[in-house]
This record gives sequence, C-alpha cells and structure tokens, in this order.
Amino acid sequence: MSAISCTDLCKYYQQGDAVIKGLDHVSLEIDQGSFICLSGPSGSGKTTLLNAIGGLDSLDSGEISIDGERIDLMGKAALADLRLHHIGFVFQAYNLIPVLSARENVEFVMQVQGVGAAERKNRSFKILQEVGLEGMENRRPAQLSGGQQQRVAVARAIVSQPKLVLADEPTANLDSRSMEKLMAHFRELNRAHKVTFLIATHDARVMQWADRRISMEDGRVIKDELQQAV
Amino acid sequence: MALPIRAMSKLSWRNLWRNYRRTLIMLLAIAVGVWAMIFMTALLRGMVDDMIKQGIGALPGHVQIHAVAYRDDPSVTHGMPAPGEVLLAVLNSEQVKAWTSRVKVPAMISSEYENRGISLLGVNPDGEMALGFDASDIIEGRFLNGSDDRGIVIGRKLMQRLETRLGKRVVVMSQDPDNAIADRGFRIVGVFKAELESREESIVYAGRDVVQSMLGIGTDISEIAVLGYDYHTPGAITSGIGNAVAADREVLSWLELDPYLATMMKVMDGFVLVWMVVIFLALSFGLVNTLMMAVFERVREIGLMRALGMRPSAIVYQILVESLLLLALGLLLGNLLAIGTIIPLKDGIDISAVSQGMEMMGASSVLYPVLQWPDLVLANTVVIVLGLLTSLIPAWRAAQYRPVEALGRT
Repeated sequence: MSAISCTDLCKYYQQGDAVIKGLDHVSLEIDQGSFICLSGPSGSGKTTLLNAIGGLDSLDSGEISIDGERIDLMGKAALADLRLHHIGFVFQAYNLIPVLSARENVEFVMQVQGVGAAERKNRSFKILQEVGLEGMENRRPAQLSGGQQQRVAVARAIVSQPKLVLADEPTANLDSRSMEKLMAHFRELNRAHKVTFLIATHDARVMQWADRRISMEDGRVIKDELQQAV
Repeated sequence: MALPIRAMSKLSWRNLWRNYRRTLIMLLAIAVGVWAMIFMTALLRGMVDDMIKQGIGALPGHVQIHAVAYRDDPSVTHGMPAPGEVLLAVLNSEQVKAWTSRVKVPAMISSEYENRGISLLGVNPDGEMALGFDASDIIEGRFLNGSDDRGIVIGRKLMQRLETRLGKRVVVMSQDPDNAIADRGFRIVGVFKAELESREESIVYAGRDVVQSMLGIGTDISEIAVLGYDYHTPGAITSGIGNAVAADREVLSWLELDPYLATMMKVMDGFVLVWMVVIFLALSFGLVNTLMMAVFERVREIGLMRALGMRPSAIVYQILVESLLLLALGLLLGNLLAIGTIIPLKDGIDISAVSQGMEMMGASSVLYPVLQWPDLVLANTVVIVLGLLTSLIPAWRAAQYRPVEALGRT
C-alpha cells in the first residue's frame, strides 16, 4: 500500500468569470520513503497539491489517503493532529513566529507535541547546528537574514522527524552551499529514517536530488518519471 | 493539542507587547474602569453604611425588646418590667457588646416661650454611652450623671425652637398609666448636636429613675436596646434573646425595626453589581476591539500555528490567555489605584456643601469610603468572567480561519 494515495483530485478557483484550475483530476501514488520533486511554472498547482496532501486546503472532489486513512474526510481537529505528529511543513515564505527566537520557533512543534524541556533543548540546538545556525539560537526572526530564516523553518519542519515532509520552495533564498547542505540533510533523513519528501521547486539543482520528478501544468500532472538522484 | 500553559503564557505575553501603545491604552482603560468600579462602590457603601449606622444610632442598637403592643402605641401603658435573670444572662453574654434599658414615651416640652412634641427618653447615661452616644456631641454643659440625674439634655435645634438656653428650666408633660397628666420641671444641663437635625429637634434625655418616678411606673421600662458586634448579622442575638423572653415580648432586629434601611442595604448589593456590569460593558468595546486588531494583525501566524498542528480550540485558548494577561494586568493596576485612592480618604470626605440633601437621605455630611473585600472580589470577578466571555468573540473568529487562507494573507 502506498504511503500517500491521491485519486482524481480537483480544486478550482473562481476568479471573476474565469475558472482557475488548481488541481485538475490529479491522481498519484507515493510510497513511504520517496524523495519526490514537484516541478512546473508558477500557477501549475504544485502548492495546491502540497496544501491538499497536508490537509491545509479542502478539495472540490477526489480522495487523499495517508497510510490508508482518508484525510479528505477528517475534521479540523483530526487534521491538526495528523499535521502535528506526521507532517513537517516548509513554506514558500519563511513563516516564523516573530516573537519567538530561532530556538523557540524550532521547539514550537515539540512543545505542542508535549516533548520534555530537556529533550526539546537538545534536539533544537542540534538541528540548528546542522542547518548552520549555531550561535544564532536566541535571535528573533527579524534579526536573521532571509536564508537564515528559511533554515530555521526547515529545522522546525524536520526536528520532530515526521513521516512526511512537504516543502514548498525550501531552498529559495539559500546560497548554493546552504542549498547543498540542506538537500544533503533531507536525503540523509530520507535514507536513514524513511521520511517521505515531497518538494515543490523551480530550482533545477534541487530536482537532481530527487528519485522521482513530477511535472505539473495548469493543475494537471503532465510528466511523472523516476530518475537517478545525485 | 495545545501549547503547555507556560509556553502559551510566554507567547501571549510577548504578543501583548508587539503593539505596546495599544496595550498600554487598553491597560489604562481597564485600570480606570476597575478603579471606577471599586472607588465608586466604596463611596456608595460608605454612604449606605453611614445611613445604616445613623439609623441604628437613632434606634438605637441592633436589636430591641418591647412589649408586643408598644410599636403600635408607644405609650406608657405598653411598658414591661426590667429584665429578669434569664434575660440578663443572655444580655451579658459574649455575643452582646452592650445593652441598656430605657423609658421612651411621647411628651410635650415647654419653655416660657414655646412648646414642642418630643420623645422623652429616660436613660441610664452609661448604657447610652455604651450604645454609641458620643460624649463629644455635647456642645454645651454636660450629659446626665446617672439614672437619678434631675437635669435634662436637649438637642441644639430644639433649644433654638424653644428659645431657651443652658441652665433654664423647661416643663415636660406626658401621661401616666391612668391617663392622667404627668409633668415635671427640669433644668437644662446639657445640649447635644447630632448629624441629623431631626434628632436634635425630637429627642430629649432625662434620668431613667426620674422619668419612671414622674410617670409613676415603678421600675418598668419601654424598651431594651442591644448592640452586637456586626450590624450585618443581628440574627444570632435576636434568636438568643427570643428564647429568653416571655411570649408577650417582641424581639426585633434593626432590619425589622427600620425596613427602609434594610431595603436600602439589599438594594445596594444589586445596585453595585449593575454598576459594575455597566462600567464593564463600556470597557468591553475597547477590549474586543484590541483583541480583534491583535487577531487581524496575526492572521498569518494563526494560520501557521494551525498548519503546524494546533487545533482550533488551542487557538481559542491562546487568545483567551492573551486576554487573561491583559485583564489581570489591568486589574492589578486598577486595584492598586483604587486602594491607593481610598486609603488616604479613610478620614472622610467633607460633603457639607450638600449636607441638607444628605440629611434627607439619612446620611451625614462626611462621607467615609468603605472598601469591602467582597466588593473587590466582585469587581475582579466581573472583569475576569465577562472579559473572558467577551474575548471569546475574537478567539472564536481566530479559530475559524482556514490555514491555507490565513497563510496567504499579507
């Protein structure tokens, strides 16, 4: 059984008289431990698909199952629990909580999960070190550059070792070296812990890291191919 | 799932100070509102407390014992014997602060120029002092020296009405038990002042033994006045005495002797609550507005928290904790402000400019604010409970945002 199963997903937006196709009859099967890149131009439906799989957005029709559970039928609280315990998000914009420091932002999800203070502290320091933010733990988002903020957001997404990471342009604002380090870290998590990665990106360098590449256009999957990752 | 309360409080506290000007203005509004609730309630309590104390002072006592028919016809024929052993045991018990027996009959007092209808009180001066007669109220001469003092003490206003003065003689007339005229000449040995002019004009003190002799009633008395330790709870004394007196005696607390005062006290409790709620309603608009603005400014963050796995109910808690912190801080400031204003005024506020109006209400011309802990608790409870209820509106609204829409807000 696939980790994620999407069947005939449709999501349309009305814009004046025009109907925008966010998702147009998209069907996908994603195995546990996959490392997948979603590519396509802006407005092709990459973010809509990530949001739908993450339970952040509702569908007009179609079914999504994660580990055999229909998330399109879940209520708000059940979806929140699913996201909390099984899904890590990296958003296009950094989306950090401005009144919390880098470490507190990373610890946020673990706090909601009820992880003990000592373990939270250990894990957050370690992950911030891994993403190259050692010594910046107590800085607030406003005191960090765009790239640094993105790394905090990545650290927050993976610190709890979720089963699934949904990343929307995670390397935007990162220099080449930081991008390489981040992708290497994603791959390491993927291989060591079987974490499934679904990464929406425009960046060809990021796409090289994936085992499977799904191309989208106008809300449809136009190409779905396996490839040899770097 | 929600954040632990400590983390939630920390986040809420920092959120509060993101827009410190708005928070300070709201804190000031809450503090002033709470101050107004507590301070005005203390003034109202002080006024009613004064009215009740004046009323109890005029009765006097928290509890009185009479013959059953006396209140309908307070004449000398409705007297009663001096207290016996059983009653004395209760009157001298620990729950009674002081007591005295008196003869109180309607009478006529005449000077060489004028005459007036009065209440003649035959008293034991020590007992009257114990029940609250203030020696400093004697503005000329002296108070009575004992039950057998042959002098008379009249009010300042009555002295003016009778066009007489200290040392002059007056004649007091009443009826004896046989309905015959009983009269006697007294020399004015003292003049008293009272907070209420009506008391100065209507009450006359003479020695109890002398009045009993004048009326020919032996050692009979009209009433026994009993003072407890707290006027709010006269019930215990009333029931204790009730068990110790004969069936043809009436034991009544001040609540029954003066229903107007009793009603005033009950109405006051309701009025205080209404007053506090009205002030809070004015305050609530600011509170809702502040929290609404705080929510609107953070739609994206709320969406992020939802996306990271916080349930809608946890978002509600988060906003409520923020509101609670704002309210608690406002309450702290408001309480300190109120207590800091009331304590320096404990010696009273001179309102003699409106003394006539106050007298009509049975209150004196000095207003003593009374800070009662239950009022303080009530004000704080009203603000916290209604504040949190009001905060549910923005909190509920925040919880309704769909994560994907909220995250898309700029």
